[in-house]
Amino acid sequence: MAAIGLVLGGILGWAAIKLRVQDDPLVEKIDAILPQTQCGQCGFAGCKPYAEAIAKGEADINLCPPGGAEGVKNLAELLGVDAKPLGEGVEPKPKSVAVIDENTCIGCTLCIQACPVDAIVGAAKQLHVIVAAQCTGCELCLPPCPVDCIGMQVIKEDVVTWKWRYPIHMMKRAA
Amino acid sequence: MSRKLYTFNGGVHPDGHKAMSNGTPIRAMTLLPRYIVPLRQHIGTPARPLVAAGDTVLRGQTIGAADGYVSTAVHAPTSGRVVAVEPRAVPHPSGMFDLAVVIESDGADRAIEFQPLDWRNLDPSALRNRVRDMGLAGLGGAVFPSYIKLNPGGQKIHTLILNGAECEPWITCDDRLMRERAPELVRGIEIMRHALGSETVLIGIEDNKPEAIAALRAAAPAGMEVIAVPTRYPGGGGKQLTYSLTGVETPAGGRSTDVGIQVFNVGTAYSLYRAVELGEPMISRVATITGHVAQPGNFEVRVGTPLSDLVAAAGGALAGASGELIGGPMMGFDLRDSDAPVTKAVNCLIVKNPRLFPAKPIELPCIRCGACAQACPADLQPFEMYWYSRAKDFGRAQSYNLFDCIECGCCSYVCPSHIPLVDYFRFSKSEIWEREREKRSADQARVRHEFKVFRLEREKQDKAEKFAKAAEKSRESAASNAVTPADPDAEKKKAILQAALDRAQKTKETVTPKNTENLTSGVQKEIDAIEARRAKVEEKTESHE
Amino acid sequence: MENYLLILIGTVFVNNIVMSKILGLCPFMGVSRKLEAAIGMGAATTFVLTLASGASYLVDTYLLGQDLSYLRTLSFIVVIAGIVGFTEMFIKKTSPVLFRVLGIYLPLITTNCAVLGIPLLNVQEQHNFLESLFYGLGGALGFSLVLMLFAAMRERLEAADVPKPFRGVSIAMITAGLMSLAFMGFAGLIR
Repeated sequence: MAAIGLVLGGILGWAAIKLRVQDDPLVEKIDAILPQTQCGQCGFAGCKPYAEAIAKGEADINLCPPGGAEGVKNLAELLGVDAKPLGEGVEPKPKSVAVIDENTCIGCTLCIQACPVDAIVGAAKQLHVIVAAQCTGCELCLPPCPVDCIGMQVIKEDVVTWKWRYPIHMMKRAA
Repeated sequence: MSRKLYTFNGGVHPDGHKAMSNGTPIRAMTLLPRYIVPLRQHIGTPARPLVAAGDTVLRGQTIGAADGYVSTAVHAPTSGRVVAVEPRAVPHPSGMFDLAVVIESDGADRAIEFQPLDWRNLDPSALRNRVRDMGLAGLGGAVFPSYIKLNPGGQKIHTLILNGAECEPWITCDDRLMRERAPELVRGIEIMRHALGSETVLIGIEDNKPEAIAALRAAAPAGMEVIAVPTRYPGGGGKQLTYSLTGVETPAGGRSTDVGIQVFNVGTAYSLYRAVELGEPMISRVATITGHVAQPGNFEVRVGTPLSDLVAAAGGALAGASGELIGGPMMGFDLRDSDAPVTKAVNCLIVKNPRLFPAKPIELPCIRCGACAQACPADLQPFEMYWYSRAKDFGRAQSYNLFDCIECGCCSYVCPSHIPLVDYFRFSKSEIWEREREKRSADQARVRHEFKVFRLEREKQDKAEKFAKAAEKSRESAASNAVTPADPDAEKKKAILQAALDRAQKTKETVTPKNTENLTSGVQKEIDAIEARRAKVEEKTESHE
Repeated sequence: MENYLLILIGTVFVNNIVMSKILGLCPFMGVSRKLEAAIGMGAATTFVLTLASGASYLVDTYLLGQDLSYLRTLSFIVVIAGIVGFTEMFIKKTSPVLFRVLGIYLPLITTNCAVLGIPLLNVQEQHNFLESLFYGLGGALGFSLVLMLFAAMRERLEAADVPKPFRGVSIAMITAGLMSLAFMGFAGLIR
């Protein structure tokens, strides 16, 4: 018995050195699923840190409101765990972009510094403008604004982004 | 006919209802007081408006210019005054509004000077630019800008196919056009052949239109073959017609140009003739108005004609009408707003009544009979795509080649459980597109965020380096001369800075924040939550550092 | 030669380790959520099981013999644990996602009763070395086959309109039962 133990122990020891895992490509895969709003609503400083935490098993998969139930489902599928509803207090909001009220903006550049994706253009004492196409709707620019001139505007559907609705089930009526 | 025809799989034989509208010649419409011309009449980027409210325009004047590659121009249907450039109802399944130019006609119908083009001595690329500026888009239904299709690119287009099959029930506009305007149509085909340099030209027409076949055979010169194909829906689908005539299958996810074949609708050929040989931009098309109206038939309709006026021109809807359908019953959609105008895509308007279009039967569970797979002309497995679309498992639905579905409606037509399969596929497709859009913007955001992090890091480093250098310098200078002379500028700078600070303080006091007063408790709570979250994040980042 | 073929077919279909011997149900229910994971689990188990049956035959015949047969179970477990440990590291290196998906079930191969059951059955049936190897391989292939079939069915069930009380594990149990019934149809295939 002792001999068997020793031999196997030797093999395992050798294998542990030989087959050491270098990098964790899982983080990239998780990061690819996250919506990249960089909003910090999960309690981490961005999407990447959250992805790292999930990969390490330190964070739950249901902390990302912008990703919504769909995002949780995808994470669950990738990680082979059960999907669960979004955590308490985290509720997905409709997709929005931030808009600066031109009459109130004093050009303080605070929001520019807060924006995680550099979607705000402007200079000191100049009117700032948000590039709507780049805005992720993370709301991080709202609190630093000293004059509260930034508001969130829900993105409306147009002819291009309009989606066909899910066909309504008629089976119930037959029953 | 010596040519061997191939038979595509699947397909159905719905009632044609064509006799209702194909017996009378194409009629012209009287001039209307108002036209609504949407700027998005083709696939791709909508045209860029060139006019504003108050401008006067002439018939054929460009009111929207092609914007980007996949785009084409839009023209005024008559002379008059632009009263508005604003979102208006458009013929779209969503019933949504889209940007349109509203023109009040002055009754004179004055036109710009049309300039015919000597296309035979013209470079194909100059010809294509002309076609783009004339606003040509495919009239078969997809309204893809024609000038792009006339560009063979790197691919040799050996065969040009003209699609006159018109397989969708009820519609007869191509039939009438071929019967009445065959010589002009053939000249349009000549222009296409010139632009593409194709050797073979095939004109495919379903054999339920013998008059059209005869008319085109009479008009077609040597080298153009008019072929009667068996009547079977969707024989007029681009890929299906290509297969019927040549036996060549279009690869999955590809276009017919991949195999050296280009397909045009016959109506497009006719419009091309008008655009090039007469110099007249695409401001009208032939459209069918049929169903529960007094005098069904075909009209030469100007683009921008409100659909309600088209119904009125056909004698008006009869009593008991129950809504309108754009396009045919297989692929068309319900019109939500009859103020919507005719666009280049509208080939048919059907006024419904409960007898012709009974209410849809109740949807029952799928029994997996496989009838849909037998009927599918694209050789797909609709029951599998339905299974996963219904469960919103879009990845798997796509793995059954969802995007090769041409939405012809054969599966829904044959389904014994009356499942609206195509509705499920359309739903899945638009969800997948949405996800792709989101994925793109997420990727973009990731790159931008990573760059910002990198930039901050770099700035920090630069600053640190500068400080280090400055510190070294001051140490050096301190060593060389013990007494540093006082900087005369420093005092001045300080004063300026103080003044600026004071000014800023003042502004801050005078500017009263507008949207922080009278907040509802909900909004206040939300703001508090955001503040708390932010504080937490900051704390976290700090503790990380 | 025929003998080995019979062992193979017999263990894969007729005496399927899961369906008729009801061994290895833990990974059968646990790792059948996704086909991809099931294939990985099947491959890992096949690897472990084949090696384990060969190794335990050697241990049993040459180390233990008749006198130390009371140490059989204990030593088999040690051998299996060693092989599983090696497999675990190998998978972690080659496919981290599979490693993550298999999760707790990978080390649990150690306690997979099928993996211990087959070497013990080998001893009981007095198989020689090659027969033991084939018995192990056949059992593992049977396990993988059933696991994959079951996973494929569960993937489809995911999209099905299952009545609420039956969702999840309940419908999986019913499916497994029906599968077991279906596998009874193989009885009598041999002899």
